[in-house]
Amino acid sequence: MYPEEYLYSREHEWVKVDGEIAVVGITEFAQTELGEVVFVELPDVGQLFDANDEVGTIESVKAVAEFYTPVAGEIVEINEIIVESPEMLNDDPHQDGWLIRVRYSSESDLAELMDAAAYEKFIEGEE
Amino acid sequence: MTDRPSTTPEIAWRNEPLLFERSRPGRVGVMLPPSGVEERPLDELIPAELRRGDLEELPELSEVDVIRHFTRISRKNYAIDLGLYPLGSCTMKHNPRINEEVVRYPGLSQIHPYQPEETVQGCLELMWHLERVLVELTGMQRVSLHPSAGAQGELAGVLMIRKALEARGENRRYLLIPDSAHGTNPASAYMAGFQVKELVSNDRGTIDLEEVVREMSDEVAGAMITVPNTLGVFEDQIVEIADMLHEKGAFLYCDGANFNAYVGKARPGQMGVDVLHMNLHKTFTTPHGGGGPGAGPVAASHRLADHLPGSLVERAEDGTFRLRTPSDSIGRLRSFSSQFGILTRALCYILSMGGRGLAQVAENAVLNANYLRKALEGTYHLAHETPSLHEVVFSDRTLADTGVTTLDVAKRLMDYGFHPPTIYFPLIVHGALMIEPTETEGKEELDAFVAAMKAIAREARESPELVREAPHETPVRRCDEARAARQPVLRWWPAEEEAAE
Repeated sequence: MYPEEYLYSREHEWVKVDGEIAVVGITEFAQTELGEVVFVELPDVGQLFDANDEVGTIESVKAVAEFYTPVAGEIVEINEIIVESPEMLNDDPHQDGWLIRVRYSSESDLAELMDAAAYEKFIEGEE
Repeated sequence: MTDRPSTTPEIAWRNEPLLFERSRPGRVGVMLPPSGVEERPLDELIPAELRRGDLEELPELSEVDVIRHFTRISRKNYAIDLGLYPLGSCTMKHNPRINEEVVRYPGLSQIHPYQPEETVQGCLELMWHLERVLVELTGMQRVSLHPSAGAQGELAGVLMIRKALEARGENRRYLLIPDSAHGTNPASAYMAGFQVKELVSNDRGTIDLEEVVREMSDEVAGAMITVPNTLGVFEDQIVEIADMLHEKGAFLYCDGANFNAYVGKARPGQMGVDVLHMNLHKTFTTPHGGGGPGAGPVAASHRLADHLPGSLVERAEDGTFRLRTPSDSIGRLRSFSSQFGILTRALCYILSMGGRGLAQVAENAVLNANYLRKALEGTYHLAHETPSLHEVVFSDRTLADTGVTTLDVAKRLMDYGFHPPTIYFPLIVHGALMIEPTETEGKEELDAFVAAMKAIAREARESPELVREAPHETPVRRCDEARAARQPVLRWWPAEEEAAE
């Protein structure tokens, strides 16, 4: 369910490290909790953020939730397709439903995150 | 399911057409007599560029067409006058009809806001009297009746905090808001230019003092606290929190939307609150909703009273009443003074209840919520063990193995003739069912609701599909909420244009 090569935050974001770029999305657990997503607001390319800053908003039929970047850095790309088709976040949260690509500024932010096994244990406590 | 108000109007009305579809060219509702005024060309009166021009698509209808249309669609609706409306956090309670009687007195209804003050002395005295009563009930120093809604009262309160800080030459950035707050609190904070720091609730469902200590700094302008909070739990450390804020020169905002839980029993002014809004349409029984009219008076301690919005009624030494703007007011939030008809209803209610009657309101609101809590505990999962005041929050956890969720329970309740409770709020409770019966419900109505909730829990085990596909008896079955939000259709198009689009 949760890809082994990803890292996970306590706010239910996943991070895939790709060289100097970190791809960030929300987890399967997060999309199930949110329910059907109807609107996604993403940051602008070029914006700079600290780790755990709020970078965007996800609105579902149940609630409006913020999402955070687990790593500090510059936004280099956003998933424009998801703005047009927010349902992709429900259908494929770990691949096509990615949200932002960040040129991260510090390896140490990654050390704060959980691996897949730890995250699965973490969400058991949340349910 | 038999003696509940039917949510199933006659079949023929199910597809009641829109007014636009009922329209027939040339049909009129009112025949006007010939005009006695000399006609002048329209261009002389209103320049062409200010006119809309084409009015062709306005519906043309007779009076009976219009009356029947609205009566028919009103019968598809649910209302507090039909039965229990347990929408948590909203305080949907009976609107006493004496309020409606009094508000229609000619002296109170046949007035105009541009009338000279000396011709509306009685109305000004009424407002003055209402402020006195609200001061008495809240223990605050002054109350402005100006804001038109709870959220506007909230915004006023937060702007008053900013104004007070500006007067001291300070520019603080943050407001502390617990995660159990009403959603309007952070919205008001942002609108007033503050950033929000969220306080995570403890496992009792209240604010964690250590969180406050951790987040407190010279950059904190104040805290916004709902009492009792959205879990229906009293913030029993509010006095300590107020002291901590005041020590740092910050202010305590209290969201008084849930004032009905302790009106006549305790005073926010004595809890260290600096500014408080009240919803007259909740605690004081004026009608709810439909977008208004509402009224959200905002009350201030001595620290903030000079910044109150709009005008306050002052009594001069000769006994006359005048509207006066506070010395360093945040200004106006709306045209004219206030929502006068709502103020009249609220004062009528307060005077007809009396002090003891209002204390009993709080007692009965708490009693009713706890009656439901006890009756449904076990059938549904209780979110917090902490004692409940005026509302109680359950979750769908006991139904987890059936696949039936909170949303399904809410939809199925409509088949039983009840308005659903508030769902998925507060956000800190997974699958929340937030139930507020209010003090105006009798035991029979509460028992009928308990029976329906228990029947639904039983159905969830025996025939989960029945619940998951609910509602079955309503004029419209389950709507596709995701599609409605993703592809909203915001206007009606005539059939041929729609085809051409």
